[in-house]
Amino acid sequence: MATLDDLKKRITSVKSTQKITKAMKMVAAAKLRRAQENAERGRPYSEKMNNIILNLSNNISDKENTPKLLSGTGEEKIYLCVVLTSDRGLCGGFNTNIIKKAKAYFQRIIDDGKTLKIITVGSKGYDQLKRAYKDNIVEKLSFKDSKTINYLDAEKVGKMIIENFEKKEFDICTIFYNKFKNVITQIPQEQQIIPLKSSEIENNSPDDNYEFEPDEDEILNNLLPKNISTQIFKAMLENSASEQGSRMSAMDNATRNAGEMVDRLTIEYNRSRQAAITKELIEIISGAESL
Amino acid sequence: MSELFNLEVINPEKSFLAKDDVREVVVPAFEGEMGILKDHISIISFLKPGIMRVLTANSEEKYYIEDGILEFKDNSLSILTSSVIRYNEIDRVYIEKSIQEAEENLSKEDINDQQKFLISQKIDTLKSIIVN
Repeated sequence: MATLDDLKKRITSVKSTQKITKAMKMVAAAKLRRAQENAERGRPYSEKMNNIILNLSNNISDKENTPKLLSGTGEEKIYLCVVLTSDRGLCGGFNTNIIKKAKAYFQRIIDDGKTLKIITVGSKGYDQLKRAYKDNIVEKLSFKDSKTINYLDAEKVGKMIIENFEKKEFDICTIFYNKFKNVITQIPQEQQIIPLKSSEIENNSPDDNYEFEPDEDEILNNLLPKNISTQIFKAMLENSASEQGSRMSAMDNATRNAGEMVDRLTIEYNRSRQAAITKELIEIISGAESL
Repeated sequence: MSELFNLEVINPEKSFLAKDDVREVVVPAFEGEMGILKDHISIISFLKPGIMRVLTANSEEKYYIEDGILEFKDNSLSILTSSVIRYNEIDRVYIEKSIQEAEENLSKEDINDQQKFLISQKIDTLKSIIVN
């Protein structure tokens, strides 16, 4: 059995862990609010962008010559997966959930005999994937140094994807990220960005006849690469809100567990202290009696 | 009858500007400057680097815009842009840096005519800002 001193030490150590997790929870809560605001403020842009693209693709005159970013290369051989994760740990199942979703998808691709290429954004994703898919990872990115999520970072990723696409390095591109629903629920998402999913296009009927200047194709050619960056940026924003939310609830749980542990240890400590006192008393009394 | 319409300028981070008392907007569209008044036909176009002028009922504001998409529909004009700065808030250092970068890009060989055109537009606009 642990001695009184050991118990005392454990209680102190659990208490200091509790302080840390509590502080982390507070920080995450503050960051979450900001991340959530950012995510909400970023929404109009990507929604508008989507709308315009829908309108454009419905109005496109020359169906034969639609840009490849929209219609695809006509083949489905090489899949590029962009996995967006965080750079820091201690955020519960946040990274694991994305990876799990991504791995299931990878398995499907490999089972179909297709080629898989992976780009990881955020160091945690790379750490988790490098063991099983080391040869598939073509690029790993991390924006540890940027304090906030900014569009330039997203643009870098977007440009890289497009460059690879133009070099015909892949046919289909999917991104993985966590969609922020609320503090306790984040839903891992897979979203195909190249070619743009046709289902999304079809369920929106053309509502207006626009005038285009210059013509549709030209605008679309200009707009689609931007849309890629925008989608990545949106994913990054959602991800950062999810990360903070996930961290907050994980740290909240940890704090509560530490509290329970302290209670348990304190009871044990008190009991064994009491037992020691009782034992001493019995020894004294029986010593006195034998005289 | 009022002659005013709505304007919203959105960049990826946030809604940059929203006004509901706009009389006229002059934007640097790809094929030349374009003035938009109330009841313009629905239009989608994209922008080249340049100066956007917003005329409200009693004031005029200028913005430097680097690129963007413009959509006008039902008397509301939305402009999506990745880079927009209030004209009188641009600082000289930023301009000089941008010009330098743009000139470097221009000297690269693998760009097409359209990109070349956009970059030289950017340089011209930025230089004109410096002069003023």
